[in-house]
Amino acid sequence: MTVTEERPAAEVGHARRRKEDARLITGRTMWTDNITLPGMLHLAILRSPMAHARIATIDVGPARELPGVIAAFSGRDLAEDMASLPCAWPVTEDMVHPDHLPLAVDEVRHTGEAVAVVAARDRASALDGLEAIEVDYDELPVVLDMEAALADGADLVHADKGTNKSFTWVFDSAEAGSGGNVADALDGAEVKLSRRYVQQRLIPAYMEPRSVVVDPTGDVFTVWSATQIPHILRLMIAMTTGTPEHKVRVVAPDVGGGFGGKLQVTPEELIAFHVARRIGKPVKHTETRSESMQATHHGRDQIQFIDLTARRDGTVTGLNVRLLANMGAYLGLVTPGVPILGAFMYNAIYKIPAYRFECTGVFTNTAWTDAYRGAGRPEATYAIERIVDELAAELGLDPMEVRRKNWINHDEFPFTTVAGLTYDSGNYEAATDKATQLFGYDELRREQAARRESGDLVQLGIGISTYTEMCGLAPSRVLGALRYGAGGWESATVRVLPTGKVEVVTGTSPHGQGHETAWSQIVADQLGVPFEDVEVLHGDTRTSVRGLDTYGSRSLAVGGTALVKACQKVIKNAKRIAAHMLEASEDDLEFADGTWRVRGTPDAGKTIAECALAVFTSHDLPDGIEPNLDADATHDPENFSFPHGTHLCAAEVDTETGWVNIRKYAAVDDVGRVINPLIVEGQVHGGIAQGVAQALFEEAVYDESGNLMTGTFVDYTVPSAADLPAFDTDRTETPATGHPLGAKGVGEAGTIASTPAVVNAVVDALRPLGVNDVRMPCTPERVWQAIQEARR
Amino acid sequence: MTRISVTVDGVQYQDDVEPRTLLVHYLREQLGKVGTVVGCDTSNCGACTVMMTGTSGRHSVKSCTVLAVQADGREVVTIEGLADMNGGADRAGRLHPMQQAFHEQHALQCGFCTPGMIMEAVDLLEANPDPTDEQIREGLEGNLCRCTGYQNIVRAVHAAAAATRGAEPEPAPEDVVPGPQP
Repeated sequence: MTVTEERPAAEVGHARRRKEDARLITGRTMWTDNITLPGMLHLAILRSPMAHARIATIDVGPARELPGVIAAFSGRDLAEDMASLPCAWPVTEDMVHPDHLPLAVDEVRHTGEAVAVVAARDRASALDGLEAIEVDYDELPVVLDMEAALADGADLVHADKGTNKSFTWVFDSAEAGSGGNVADALDGAEVKLSRRYVQQRLIPAYMEPRSVVVDPTGDVFTVWSATQIPHILRLMIAMTTGTPEHKVRVVAPDVGGGFGGKLQVTPEELIAFHVARRIGKPVKHTETRSESMQATHHGRDQIQFIDLTARRDGTVTGLNVRLLANMGAYLGLVTPGVPILGAFMYNAIYKIPAYRFECTGVFTNTAWTDAYRGAGRPEATYAIERIVDELAAELGLDPMEVRRKNWINHDEFPFTTVAGLTYDSGNYEAATDKATQLFGYDELRREQAARRESGDLVQLGIGISTYTEMCGLAPSRVLGALRYGAGGWESATVRVLPTGKVEVVTGTSPHGQGHETAWSQIVADQLGVPFEDVEVLHGDTRTSVRGLDTYGSRSLAVGGTALVKACQKVIKNAKRIAAHMLEASEDDLEFADGTWRVRGTPDAGKTIAECALAVFTSHDLPDGIEPNLDADATHDPENFSFPHGTHLCAAEVDTETGWVNIRKYAAVDDVGRVINPLIVEGQVHGGIAQGVAQALFEEAVYDESGNLMTGTFVDYTVPSAADLPAFDTDRTETPATGHPLGAKGVGEAGTIASTPAVVNAVVDALRPLGVNDVRMPCTPERVWQAIQEARR
Repeated sequence: MTRISVTVDGVQYQDDVEPRTLLVHYLREQLGKVGTVVGCDTSNCGACTVMMTGTSGRHSVKSCTVLAVQADGREVVTIEGLADMNGGADRAGRLHPMQQAFHEQHALQCGFCTPGMIMEAVDLLEANPDPTDEQIREGLEGNLCRCTGYQNIVRAVHAAAAATRGAEPEPAPEDVVPGPQP
């Protein structure tokens, strides 16, 4: 059956306004913190002010005496209940994996680590309770610097492990058979560039602080959480608390942003669970922003050593990557896997003959790192796009020409890369041509030359980023080969109600992405029902039984495909019913516009709704048929999808003050076939903004004692509207080939692309002054210092 | 406890509050006005923005920086009462032009900053009915959004400004949002 291709696409591709908006713009939203249950207690968590210390004594007794306080527990009080928080991605067999208890028992290893919890009748009383808890800490040496942490005799984050190294993971194209030997490339190189890039630590800073409510009073434990991963959370609660899985229900109600920051099984979720189980009453914990900054997982924080070899004509011959990845004090759900995802992206869109990647995970006394928008891929893209610019500068070539010389041409797809992935489709020439026109590349280059010529104090730089990424996570067998603990499939259910309205259950878990709208568009086209007649259910493990949730730009490519498959099954189920009602042979029927018709007699037809009513009454069905149209489907992708695009940034840099002004930003993205261009545009805008934020504004900073210096929005400078320019965006469309939707994914593309585009522009502006790098974020101070150092 | 009298979204309330209670906590916890949310604890994010009358008329305030007792005798409008702010019951079921514009222009994704962003944008237009891009960006500087990159928010404020100028005094029937109704 090839129904998809025969039907005209009425909804898909249309800029539908979002269904979700109606509640969000009127304040009728169900955030977790809005939930109030009868008898519910409020939790407050005491957090360590020390980066590394032994807990000598801890006494929660005085807190219990306070009015309004119902219970208080230290880590020791709950020690028998607690198990380690999960890490689902042991990247090597011998990975060092320390226990990570929700409440610290004997030792704290980063500031903000939870040490005690108070349950009280109201939030204020719970906070008063924290003040009454007495803790004596014995200070231990603090480990912060990754390179120092790996030196012989270094102080240890986990003394019992005897090392600060968690793992070393290697990919070598010579060993994998996907390319040559990097050592040979380095030996015989005509040109060799070696660079050290620092991916500063970032904080996801979703706008909704994390919140969790646990109700232990029913037959099952019900957990509402501001999470991206209700299904994984349910499984992990069951596995780490001994509660049978069928006795745990997890609900992700409206969730206010995630960006990977809510792709986690958090200490706070488990603390709330254990307290609720102990005292038998519903509890709620909502973090403050300053708690969030300290205690949520952070992102990035890598040191990248990159060697690129090339011939003098600009042809790249080899790439050697050594990476130090800061794990922080513990391993979160996918902490070790984040830099490993990047391993497949350093070669980017280029035909590189030899490649080696080696990553060492390092423990420090800092908040643990984990997924943050792009997760490994922005870091990789930054390094390769920066060093390709450096190669162009070294050889005196236009950086766009160096890229053209090395990238995979549109007629070479499918293309198996040196990292072993097969890129199914793409057209880098088309996206780049469109972007350079949108940007006015030649004109801006002329202006740059004029400013350089005149010695203008404000120099103009042009930054290029021709990125790709792997998304649609992920083929389960690939995840298995990478030692990840779960699969990468996604699930959907389509139910046709007796009145012809449609309920869709998806295993994806949106938190701003607009799945309710986009999924409705897909179903409307598939089943020929009005967009308004489709209701999308998600995020509750009682209704959405199977799912692997939302991250890695996977929801549409994987979950959307499962949805199409389920619709196809419904259509097939309706066929037999329609044939019976039409008194025709099934072989004579054809499906179009939501109706099974007898071929050649277009007036005789039965809609999906009519078939649904027929199975509801079941008065007259063919013999032996099950009275049901509804269908489940699960899709496990065969391959990743590979969005790509060309982002161009023109930055004015004041050489006296170091001030950077983004004069123009143009982006042409190829995210495959587009279901809703409005949503895609929004994802691109927001993605670019987050990447620009890494390039220019944001950095999580610890002082030498391990105190987080950027613990509020005063110090951690998430950009406002006044800090950002407008972006000129456009698209090319090369459909993904692995599934009927042809969509590739768009959630992370902007963030992956924009950071190197901006930094390349800043460096390009300053290159005549002898500057060839500025460490991120490129604040006026950093830019000014780079200029001064180059002048010395 | 201190007795306060405050009108919120057209309804008058008399309540006893602790002197330390912030307006946002009074709204959320005592009145159940959970449409107004808390995003930070340093008055940076603006998610809690509401309108409040004062000596110089009605202005936006970050309700996390106002004590509930300071709202005594004042009128407060939250996102939940915005559509009715300048009219009566005849506006029931309709949206304020700014809400409509945020919907039409896709100026929200996760929607957590949206109540505050909309309230601040309404205040901005009351002060300047026809702002430039730069004036909008500067005017919304105290409201953080992590999803949109702000571009569609700027577009929405322009659209609301145009609709407000064109639609006065009575909003056109097109203001009714298509699809699911509030």
